[in-house]
Amino acid sequence: MSRIAGTFERLDREKRCALMPYLAIGFPERDSVLELAPALVEGGADMLELGMPFSDPLADGATIQRATERALRNGIRVEDCLNTVRRLRRQGIDIPLLLMGYYNPIMRYGEERFAEHAAAAGVDGLIIPDLPPEEAEPLRAACAERGIDIIFFLTPTSTDERMAQVAQRASGFIYCVSLAGVTGARSQLSPALGPFLERVRRFSTLPRAVGFGISRPEHVAQISSMAEGAIVASALINKLEQLPPAQHRDAAREFVAALSSATRRG
Amino acid sequence: MTYPEQLPDGAGRFGPFGGRYIPETLTAAVSELERAYLEAREDVGFRAELDRLHRTYTGRPTPVTFAARLTGHCGGARIWLKREDLAHTGAHKINNALGQGLLAKRMGKRRVIAETGAGQHGVATATVCALLGLECVIYMGTEDMARQRPNVFRMRLLGAEVRGVDSGSRTLKDAINEAMRDWVTNPDSYYLLGSALGPHPYPLMVRDFQSVIGREARAQLLEAEGRLPDVVVACVGGGSNAIGIFHAFVGDSEVALRGVEAGGLGVESGRHAARFAGGQLGVLHGTRTLVLQDEDGQIALTHSVSAGLDYAAVGPEHAYLKETGRASYTYATDSEALEVFQLLCRTEGIIPALESSHAVAEAVKLARAMRPDQIILVNLSGRGDKDIFSVAEQLGVKMEP
Ligand SMILES: Cc1ncc(COP(=O)(O)O)c(C=O)c1O
Repeated sequence: MSRIAGTFERLDREKRCALMPYLAIGFPERDSVLELAPALVEGGADMLELGMPFSDPLADGATIQRATERALRNGIRVEDCLNTVRRLRRQGIDIPLLLMGYYNPIMRYGEERFAEHAAAAGVDGLIIPDLPPEEAEPLRAACAERGIDIIFFLTPTSTDERMAQVAQRASGFIYCVSLAGVTGARSQLSPALGPFLERVRRFSTLPRAVGFGISRPEHVAQISSMAEGAIVASALINKLEQLPPAQHRDAAREFVAALSSATRRG
Repeated sequence: MTYPEQLPDGAGRFGPFGGRYIPETLTAAVSELERAYLEAREDVGFRAELDRLHRTYTGRPTPVTFAARLTGHCGGARIWLKREDLAHTGAHKINNALGQGLLAKRMGKRRVIAETGAGQHGVATATVCALLGLECVIYMGTEDMARQRPNVFRMRLLGAEVRGVDSGSRTLKDAINEAMRDWVTNPDSYYLLGSALGPHPYPLMVRDFQSVIGREARAQLLEAEGRLPDVVVACVGGGSNAIGIFHAFVGDSEVALRGVEAGGLGVESGRHAARFAGGQLGVLHGTRTLVLQDEDGQIALTHSVSAGLDYAAVGPEHAYLKETGRASYTYATDSEALEVFQLLCRTEGIIPALESSHAVAEAVKLARAMRPDQIILVNLSGRGDKDIFSVAEQLGVKMEP
C-alpha cells in the first residue's frame, strides 16, 4: 500500500483527520526546508506538501507568491526540489511527501524523467493546479507506473458531471478547494463547505483533503468532522514571515502542534 | 482546404498545441463560456447584431490603402495597408472586444475583467463595457502603464477601473496572471481575454471575431487589384491581428503568410519576444505552445519597445501554422520598428502603432526583394498616438508628460 493510502487508513482507525502543512522549498533560505520539515513532523504533521517555485503562479495568492519568488531568487530549480525530498528521506522522514508545482517546469524537465527521478527521491504525490485530469494523461501514466499519485482538485464550482469525471481518474486523495479563489489565509470557512464535501463523497470514496484559506485550529476542528484531511499553507508562511529565522523551527513546530490538537474527529 | 473549419478540435487542440490547462475552479466557468460561445456562433441574430455594431459603431469595413509613396521608396512590390488603425479606438482589438462583450451580455454577465499590454485591448474593452453598460476592471503591468500613459487615462475616462500589477516583469504576462486570479475568485465575472491565446475556447473565439479583417481585406484586394496578394504580413504578439488577417487566406495556397515577432534588442541579446526564434514547447496561461523560458521551465522576461508584442508565449494556432509550414515567422528589432514608424509617418501620413511598425518593417524588407507586379498586404493593426511619448523618449526628444 502507498504511504498516502496507508496514512489515511491509520488515521481513520485513530479517528483523526490528516494534517498537511505546506512549505515552499527555498523559503526563506535555500535549505530551510531541511530544518523546518522535521520540526513540522515533531509538531504532528501527518503529510507534507512541498512547493516548487514557478515564475507565474496564477492559482496562488500574495503570500505564496512572495515565498516562491524568494525561492526563485535563492536559485531553487526542479532538481533542488527533488534533492530536498531525497535529503528529507535520508534524514529519516517517513511520512508522505507531496510536491506542489506548476506544469511548465515539469514538462520542461521531461515527464518520464521527472516521474522517474521523483520516485527515486521518495515523492509520494504531485499537486499541479494548472494540470486538469484531461490534460494530465502522459504524466499520470508515468507516475502511476512508479507508485506516485497525481492529486486532482474539486471545487465548490465543480458540477456533478465534472465530479464524476475527476473522480474516475483521481488517486491518493481529492484536493477539495474550500472556496472560489486563490490560496491565502482567510478568517472563516465557507458555510457551503459541508454540502460541497458531501457532494464530493457521492462521487468518490477517496479521502478528501480540504485546502485554501485554512489558518486556525478551529478551522481544522471543523474540517475534522467533515473530511479526512486539512491542508495549511499561507497561514504558516505568514507566521514565519513575522519572525526572525532563528525562531522559525520552534514557531513552525508550535503552530503545527496547535493545529494537530484539533484533528481528532468530534 | 478544410483547415479553417476543422481546427481546433473539440478539446481546443491545433495538432500538439492548444488545449485547456486551467485550475479546477475555472473549469465550470470556461465550459459555460464554451457552450455559450458555440451557441452564439450559430445564432443568426447574434451575428447580425455584431455586424450592425461593426457598421454603425466600429466603422467597419475599414479600408485598404495603397501605400504609393512607401512602395516608391522601396522600389519593389506594391504595398497595401489594411487600415485597422481606423477602427474605433484605434486598433483591431475592438473587433474581439465587441464580439466578446456581446457574448458577455448574452450570458447575463455584469462584471467584465481584462488584461492589457499596450492598453489597446484595455481601451477597447472599456469602450465596449461603456457601450453595453457593463462594469469593467482592467489589469495592466505598471511597466506598461508607464510607457502607455495615454491609454491608462483613456480607460479611466471610459469608466473602467485600472489596476496596476507590480509582480514579475510588470508587463502583459503578469497582467494575465492577475486577471486569472480575479476570475478564479469571481467565476461569475466574464474574462474578456484580448488575444488568440489562453485556454480553449479563447484561441478559437478570438480568431473568429478577428477574422473579419481578412475577409474584408481579401474581397477589397480582389476588387482593387483583381487578384490576391503574394504575401500577407502581420505582427504577432499573442497573435490576434495576425490570425485575423491570415485566416481568410489559409486556403489560398499561393498566398504566403508571414508573421513578425518582436526582436527587441536582437535575438542574440536575449532581450526580445521572438518565440519562434528562441522559444520551446511549454504551457503558459492555459495553452500549450512555444514559450520563451529558461532551462528550468521558468518563464523568461521578454523585452520589446512595443508593449503589445512583449509577451513570452505565442497563440497556439500560430505554432501550428508554423509547424505545418503554412505560415512563416520572422522578427523585427526595436530599432527597425522605430525607423519604419517614422518612415510611414513621412511617406504616407500615417502614424502606426509600434506593434504594427514591426509588420511594416518586414514588408519594406520583402518589397525590396520582390517585383513591382507583386503585392504585399500588411495588417496595419493600430495607430500610434498611444506611442508618441515612448517614441519621443527613444528619439531623445523631451516632451511634457
Ligand atoms: C496595435 C496593436 N497591434 C498588435 C498587437 C499585438 O497583439 P496581437 O498579436 O494579439 O494582435 C497589439 C496589442 O496590444 C496592438 O495594440
